[in-house]
Amino acid sequence: MLLARPRICLVAALIGSVVLGFFQGQIDPYFVDILSHIGINITLAVSLNLINGHTGQFSLGHAGFMAVGAYTAAAMTLFAGPHVLPATAGPVLPMLWFLLALLAGGLIAAAAGLLVGAPSLRLKGDYLAIVTLGFGQIIAVVFRNIESLGGALGLNGIPPYTNLFWIFTTAALTVYVVTTMVNSTYGRGFLATHDDEIAAEAMGINTTRYKIVAFVIGAFFAGVAGGLYGHFTLTINPKGFDFNRSIEIVVMVIVGGMGNTAGVIIAATLLALLPEGLRDLAGRSIPVPWSSTPLSLHWIGESRPLLYSMLLIGLMLLRPQGLFNLRRGSSKAPC
Amino acid sequence: MTEFFQQLINGLSVGSMYALIAIGYTLVYGVLRFINFAHSDVFMVGAFMGMYIGRTSSKSSIGGGLMVMAGAMVICALLGILIERFAYRPLRSRSKLTVLITAIGVSLFLENAGQLIFGPNPQPFPNIFPSHTFQYDQVVLSSKDLVVLVVAIVLMGGLQFLVLKTKIGTAMRAAAFNPQAASLMGININNVISFTFGLGSALAAAGGILWAYKFPKIDPLMGVMPGLTAFVAAVLGGIGNIPGAALGGLVIGIIETFVKGSRWSTWSEAIAFVLLILILLFRPAGLLGTLQPEKV
Repeated sequence: MLLARPRICLVAALIGSVVLGFFQGQIDPYFVDILSHIGINITLAVSLNLINGHTGQFSLGHAGFMAVGAYTAAAMTLFAGPHVLPATAGPVLPMLWFLLALLAGGLIAAAAGLLVGAPSLRLKGDYLAIVTLGFGQIIAVVFRNIESLGGALGLNGIPPYTNLFWIFTTAALTVYVVTTMVNSTYGRGFLATHDDEIAAEAMGINTTRYKIVAFVIGAFFAGVAGGLYGHFTLTINPKGFDFNRSIEIVVMVIVGGMGNTAGVIIAATLLALLPEGLRDLAGRSIPVPWSSTPLSLHWIGESRPLLYSMLLIGLMLLRPQGLFNLRRGSSKAPC
Repeated sequence: MTEFFQQLINGLSVGSMYALIAIGYTLVYGVLRFINFAHSDVFMVGAFMGMYIGRTSSKSSIGGGLMVMAGAMVICALLGILIERFAYRPLRSRSKLTVLITAIGVSLFLENAGQLIFGPNPQPFPNIFPSHTFQYDQVVLSSKDLVVLVVAIVLMGGLQFLVLKTKIGTAMRAAAFNPQAASLMGININNVISFTFGLGSALAAAGGILWAYKFPKIDPLMGVMPGLTAFVAAVLGGIGNIPGAALGGLVIGIIETFVKGSRWSTWSEAIAFVLLILILLFRPAGLLGTLQPEKV
């Protein structure tokens, strides 16, 4: 398998991200943009995969945790940064402060995850889905109501600290942590919780604790990804982290195959490229034999959410193990 | 005191609409044990159907309004049966997670298809019932609230009769209690499930029309917040329990209306969510429900 030797993969990915960060200036900004989206998507999808795939729960609020991380990190660099950093700081100090901001974003998101997850994960089944769906809605209400964080307009002028090095280092670390954790002795508990909760309980596994741990770790990485996202787009508002964003991440996990990290990475990459492909298609038109005016494809540009919903239904009916799960019939692949 | 009664009337009318939607969640949960995420979007389709049927006549009368409701309820019942037949039935033996994801997919599909077909912008809802206001002292009872309350009470009474006194109602309760034993007793489980979906969807359509009649601006995403709130109402009452859903709807409607009237009004959308967390922490079985241990 692709991730059979996680430590070697991690080192290779880290070297890759250093190289990417070093040569970022030479790459076409358009590709830098796409690469950044891919990296952030991978972090989000792999961290959600820990909750929805490996542990078998269902969270619909990943964008909410992303929002918490994005706002926390942006507030630290935007408001606290100028007071903490000396005016003549070199390039190193702001970067360290950015690292601190990302970690703080992740930690606050993890705390939010604990707050939301602890009550709902004690129960079985669908409660987590609806609670996290509600959390995603509420977090938007909260940020809209906090005037010091920009209200409905959001925060602007966030310093552009994010680069390819940060994005891909985070992605590599996320993949490494999730993969090695699930494959560790401790991590077997996640898979046991996913496979059969009652049997796992009978073997003395505290399934609630495993669910909460998975949820909190997933929320942490979502928060870090949110921080990166904010310092990449330079402007954040509550609408950018709505339900559709959460669904996008869920679709990545499902297309890749729940619990299949390598497949999820492929799906996250492809779904980051999809809007570009659709935009290209939307500009074209195809000739139709029965009419002199060619059929314009502009509607494709607006139909992405519709496409996602049909993907969800179709995959569940025809291929619930995901598109990129090549081992036949293995719905509980370990990695 | 006047304001208190005014808010109480408002809360009762909003709450009875939540109750109608919550009953749909609870009915489906009773027989299939899953949350039908698409329910809130059937509610939206019901409102739009009501709008299209209501536009055909310019005069508003009680009979006409009831006809509009009946038409939309039939269409939505068919929609609910179709959704169950083509999206949920093929998955019945699969894991709960698969069904849950499909339900979310159906919900998104209805929302996005609605934006393509009905248009994303809010549209005015026609005044399908004649309007009139009644006044006692300074408390105003508008015909809107009256219609909402009367229709909701009649529908819930009818439902209670259907579930407790008729043959199909007995079959529904049997299927909810133990589907395998029920099918051994000669009950056609597929028909019962179809009927349950149709019934729940018809109630959602009625709720949608009443909602659109009281707040006459409708758009394809109008179902999301009422749907979420009504789900919380179903959990509050004890999911799977029909009188519980009605009670939960009324309680949440009243609480929400009083918060909206206070100085914390901008936070009112968060109320349902906070309530849900509190219920899950302190009484996960709901007010009228009993927690059943899961058997292997």
